[in-house]
Amino acid sequence: MTQSFVAPQIELASVSKSYGNGRLVVDALNLTVAKGEFITLLGSSGCGKSTVLKLISGLTSATSGTIRVDGMTPQNARETISYIFQDPTLLPWRTVRQNVGLGLELEGINGDQRRGKTASLLELVGLQHVADAYPRELSGGMKMRVSIARALATRPQLLLMDEPFAALDEMTRDRMNEELMRLREEQNWTAVFVTHSVAEAVFLSTRIVILSPSPGRVRQIVPVDLPLPRTASLRASPEFGELALQVSRTLREATLQ
Amino acid sequence: MRRRLTAFVNALIVFAALLLLWQLVLWVFRVQPFMLPSPWAVACAFVKRFPALLTSLSITALEAGGGLLASVGVGVVIALVFAQSRWVRRMLYPYTILLQTVPIIAVAPLILMWVGAGTGAVTLITFIISLAPVIANTTQGLVSVDENLVNLFLMHSASPRQLLFRLRLPNAVPSLFVGIRIASGIAVIGAITGELYAGSSRVGQGGLGYSILYASSQLQTDYLFALVLAATALGFGFFFITMFLEWYFLHRWHESARGAETD
Repeated sequence: MTQSFVAPQIELASVSKSYGNGRLVVDALNLTVAKGEFITLLGSSGCGKSTVLKLISGLTSATSGTIRVDGMTPQNARETISYIFQDPTLLPWRTVRQNVGLGLELEGINGDQRRGKTASLLELVGLQHVADAYPRELSGGMKMRVSIARALATRPQLLLMDEPFAALDEMTRDRMNEELMRLREEQNWTAVFVTHSVAEAVFLSTRIVILSPSPGRVRQIVPVDLPLPRTASLRASPEFGELALQVSRTLREATLQ
Repeated sequence: MRRRLTAFVNALIVFAALLLLWQLVLWVFRVQPFMLPSPWAVACAFVKRFPALLTSLSITALEAGGGLLASVGVGVVIALVFAQSRWVRRMLYPYTILLQTVPIIAVAPLILMWVGAGTGAVTLITFIISLAPVIANTTQGLVSVDENLVNLFLMHSASPRQLLFRLRLPNAVPSLFVGIRIASGIAVIGAITGELYAGSSRVGQGGLGYSILYASSQLQTDYLFALVLAATALGFGFFFITMFLEWYFLHRWHESARGAETD
């Protein structure tokens, strides 16, 4: 990377992970992510993409190899990380506002400060009008927005996203991608994003890491040099189509191997 | 609103038809009043002996309510212990099943021996038989939390206390109410059955169960019918109260909260 003088946000050095039954899910993975990058892990199911996120977050530990987040162990770096799961994982007994404030609350931020922060985040994701609604009253896309707002509330430097839009319809998913782009322009976090959608990967990423399955290995890393900020019209451009085609081909080769 | 009114009127019509049928059976088959009293006689007994009936009803209501409240309190505490580890659950859960399968009638004489006949014994019986559903359902709710919600809390370095009070306990409330609903039905039956064996027999201290026994021994069948009606009403009342509490606490956020269709 060009910013070699800045400490990398994430460093994975020959990281392997096998589960109790001896099945190897991640095999000698090397990956360095610079600050401000948007990395997408792309691969078919069973290639250990989600496991890589769990490893970076410290929710599970590596069988061998070292992981550094901002120069620290994943557990010590937790304060700087936010995790967005595939499901919105909202607490159904809390209102939207209370859900957004959950992280701040658990970290002991007092009520007044919390209210101010959650209000501005609700505005950021365009949900101020449903602040006092309960999750069951929201659509899938709105729930995911609450989940994103909650993740951003603690001002993370690193955002881990595990197929957050997989359950949404295509139109909503495209809109969420654009929104994520906009948020990234405003706030300057690093992201590791897991998906199996090529279009999503090309639209969002600065680099795409294509993984081959069982056990998960880095097959190829594809830099995405499309200009920022990216808007909906990019999807219709020939550069976008060409890159998507290339990525699809590599992905197919990696999966069929 | 109109639909509800129609439903109510329909129910009234069915009720009137049943009364008529009852009366017809009496006329056609010339049934003795001590075998089957007329609806009118039951109504008269109900009104005439209302003070005594109300005393019996309130005694049974207190026993059932006391036993139920105790089982909810104790049941939740036991469930919290059970939720601590799989190991504890494996070791202690079989005894919960024991609690559910022990024939309470068989244990009643023992309880009678230990605490003596009266409200205390009946409340104890009610408590014992309504405990198991509360424990089982609350434990289920405490344990079955979405793994990613736990992960979310862990990512924010939540303490065990925060995990319990902000995640596991609220998550268990809907299933706690399922437990209470089942327990409230059992509690009323338990209190009345308990009174048959361990109820007080002193004047003015007998509950519905005791009064039913007494009325049948005196062949006061009309009063017996009135008592059975009162017992049914008590069960219905308990059911209604728990349903209302469940609705009150859950309707805003829980998908399956009952009564959601009223708005």
